[in-house]
Amino acid sequence: MTALPTRKLEAFRYADIDALASVWTSLAAPERVEIAAQQRLQQIWLPSGDEVDVRRVEMVLEAGAVARIFALNSASRYGRFELDVTMHEEADFAFYGANIGGGDSTLEIVTTLRHVAPGATSHQTIRSVLGDKATGSFLGRIEVAREGQQTDAEQSVKAMLLDRGATANAKPELEIFADDVKCAHGATVGELDKNQLFYAAARGMDPVSARALLLEGFVSGLWDEIEGDDQGIAALARDALRKVAA
Amino acid sequence: MLKIENLHATVAGKPILNGLTLTVPTGEIHAIMGPNGAGKSTLAYVLGGRPGYEVTEGSVTFDGQDLFALEPHERAAAGMFLGFQYPVEIPGVSYLQFLREALNSQRRAKGEKDLSGGEFIRLSKDKAALLGMDPEMLKRPVNVGFSGGEKKRAEMVQLGIMDPKIAILDETDSGLDIDALKAVGAGINSIMRSPEKSVLLITHYQRLLDYVTPDKVHVLSRGQIVRSGGPELAHELEREGYAEAAA
Repeated sequence: MTALPTRKLEAFRYADIDALASVWTSLAAPERVEIAAQQRLQQIWLPSGDEVDVRRVEMVLEAGAVARIFALNSASRYGRFELDVTMHEEADFAFYGANIGGGDSTLEIVTTLRHVAPGATSHQTIRSVLGDKATGSFLGRIEVAREGQQTDAEQSVKAMLLDRGATANAKPELEIFADDVKCAHGATVGELDKNQLFYAAARGMDPVSARALLLEGFVSGLWDEIEGDDQGIAALARDALRKVAA
Repeated sequence: MLKIENLHATVAGKPILNGLTLTVPTGEIHAIMGPNGAGKSTLAYVLGGRPGYEVTEGSVTFDGQDLFALEPHERAAAGMFLGFQYPVEIPGVSYLQFLREALNSQRRAKGEKDLSGGEFIRLSKDKAALLGMDPEMLKRPVNVGFSGGEKKRAEMVQLGIMDPKIAILDETDSGLDIDALKAVGAGINSIMRSPEKSVLLITHYQRLLDYVTPDKVHVLSRGQIVRSGGPELAHELEREGYAEAAA
């Protein structure tokens, strides 16, 4: 069995190791997902409902494969979504994730994207909404191998802090060995806009409803690309936002 | 309807309103005019309850209630509408979502049931049509990408949907072309010209008053009402300027 990681490991520097220990035995070996050439996969990751909710996935996209992952990370104590993706020629990967929590929850999304062949595209959009003493992190590593010419990689990371005690970490990490690539990343941490809050209040919205609505606006768009049934992820996200807004 | 007595207010510790007294009776439209820096927008924000605008003295009674005992959202639910000089953009939230949440919050505060989706869509379409606004625009995020005129028309659509007892309209006419100005004027007349309603029109220029005839015009200067008169006062101000009229 693989030993429990420590916070000395970069990918675990913000982790709740005690919480992780309680579920580690069943998780040491990540789940493995392979998408054959030219195939398409969509996954919707809903919160398990457990107070510790950890997912570790290793994904391989063969040439021309397409993957779309939509993830809501909102465990009450510790939520960790970890994804290691290897992309072959012209593969197309997109991840849309939300960390939503309050209390003293620790929520993190940790991704490693490996562009090992030419022409692959990756797109990641992460939105965190953190209240009370919650900590939300995104660690996004992108590795472009020497063979990964014409890689197009993009990260958009935004966090909203609702209370003084809340923390957001955003850590892009790019390692690029090819010379003809596009790797864009942006990260912001902010708070609710006072002008928007007053505008909503002036129209009659009580403070909780106003905060919840503005937060919905902040994460809106994350679920737009879902094809078919969204399995309730939008509604669950809305419930989680209403809870942190209260 | 609205009774303001000896109102003093500061912004960031600086006195802006210095003993403003004004009564707007039910069924009347009053205009407040004044030069830049007179305190026009401050008055609107103090009445709306914007954080950072501190009342240091005086009182305001709205429909028999102490206005300052109410939170901003409670003032709206009690029937006060504040029209913004610069309507705020809210990316990611559609106008329909925004207005439905606002209207239902008000209804819940009054112990009424939420409007259903269908009822709300019908109401918003009717009001949009009344103001000459394409109802499709209500599907767009709040004020995002709207022109100056479209934002003010949208404010009027909101006025129609909220159907308040009093509207305090802060420079609703600023930045409007003639067509938009006419539409806004027609909106104020059709929604607010009623024996049960009142309007406080805060404006810099006389031109909106060509479309909405006020019952009274007041001149605000250095945080006080320095002159009051009938609609003809607006024309005098336009002719002679504030310095002369306020002297």
